[in-house]
Amino acid sequence: MNPGMAIPVPVLLSLLAAFALTIVPLPGAIAPARPEWVLLVLVYWGMAFPRRVGILVAFLAGLFLDVLQHQLLGQNALALAAAMFIVLQIYPRMRVYPLWQQAVVVAFLVGLTRFLHIWIQGAIGFPPGSSLYWLPILTSALLWPVVYHILRDARRRWLLHLT
Amino acid sequence: MALDHRFHQLQTLRSILATAAYPLQLAVDAPIRVGSRILDSFSRHEQLVLENRLLRSDLMELRARQLRFDALQAENDRLRALLHTSAQATERVEIAKLLAVDLDPFRQQIVINKGRLDGVYAGQPLINADGVIGQILTPNWTSSTALLISDPGHALPVIVARTGLRALAVGSGNPRRLNLRHVPPQEDIEEGDLLLTSGLGGRFPPDYPVARIVSVEHLPGQPFLAIAAEPLAALDRSREALLLWTDAPAPQPGAEEPPDGRE
Repeated sequence: MNPGMAIPVPVLLSLLAAFALTIVPLPGAIAPARPEWVLLVLVYWGMAFPRRVGILVAFLAGLFLDVLQHQLLGQNALALAAAMFIVLQIYPRMRVYPLWQQAVVVAFLVGLTRFLHIWIQGAIGFPPGSSLYWLPILTSALLWPVVYHILRDARRRWLLHLT
Repeated sequence: MALDHRFHQLQTLRSILATAAYPLQLAVDAPIRVGSRILDSFSRHEQLVLENRLLRSDLMELRARQLRFDALQAENDRLRALLHTSAQATERVEIAKLLAVDLDPFRQQIVINKGRLDGVYAGQPLINADGVIGQILTPNWTSSTALLISDPGHALPVIVARTGLRALAVGSGNPRRLNLRHVPPQEDIEEGDLLLTSGLGGRFPPDYPVARIVSVEHLPGQPFLAIAAEPLAALDRSREALLLWTDAPAPQPGAEEPPDGRE
């Protein structure tokens, strides 16, 4: 990896924060509604720096997430890499979308990762037997504007010179 | 993924990554722990005195019982020696703290702060003062992931204390509910019966309390009874757990309960 492609520190810090938010204990009733923080952060950075934050970063982040959540090694990695692939295909269009339309795309991406999860978990015999399983699609889309504004401000303050 | 699921070949990689993840888990856990400590320091003096007194009387009672327990244990060993049966396994416990981190909300798993460095091994039983909690799924260097008995993928061989009926307690995904599978309708089993570990399967030592039966239903047309039990240990509220080491011979592979301890 040449120096022009290095991953900036704020990106790593925001990913770390996303990991922490993923395992912060929530009260039982709202725990299933936890948004997919790591995916949200990855989508933003994939959109902003498609040459730096790509499928490999998404895959490694997913691997770490697998260990954090104690899921099958590679499950999140596959899902996040697939989502990132789509982001890399459509990022020029996503950049000019209005915020609500981006949120729709995010909802679609979360739905895709959830679908991949349920597929794998079904294959190994532990399907989550509740329709609450799909709730993060909604919460992630609703929180997308918040994540977007925070990360955009961070990018404008520290990373304006990067592409 | 197939490697991990079928052959558990990636344990080392998982351990390394999990060790890297441990500081993050501690960082998430710390503010919550500090918060509860601050709340503790604000509790009132009288309350503390009262609690102290209660604990003291409990301790006295337990000590008194322990006195007789030692004598009985010695007598039991002597009688067993006379009968030439194997001595009962001695057991050792150690307290582990649960880290306040969430895993997949649809699985019943917890993270504890003891790992392979403390001698934790896969399949090790985890109990608390009220009963069985679960077993260790993957030990890492300094932390471990444990599977609760209420996980849908966990099955625990139990006996009914009153009648000695053997059954399999399968988790339901709800921390207050276990289901008993494959009990035919003519069996003698009632609401309020106590379930103990049976020791079959070789992972859990026998005679630890597990759950109490809350409902027994015979659905017409079903070949087996629908039995629900409530775990004695508060699985979703405890902050501490006891790791149990037994000196019994290592469990034979193949003799263990099949859905158990698997990813």
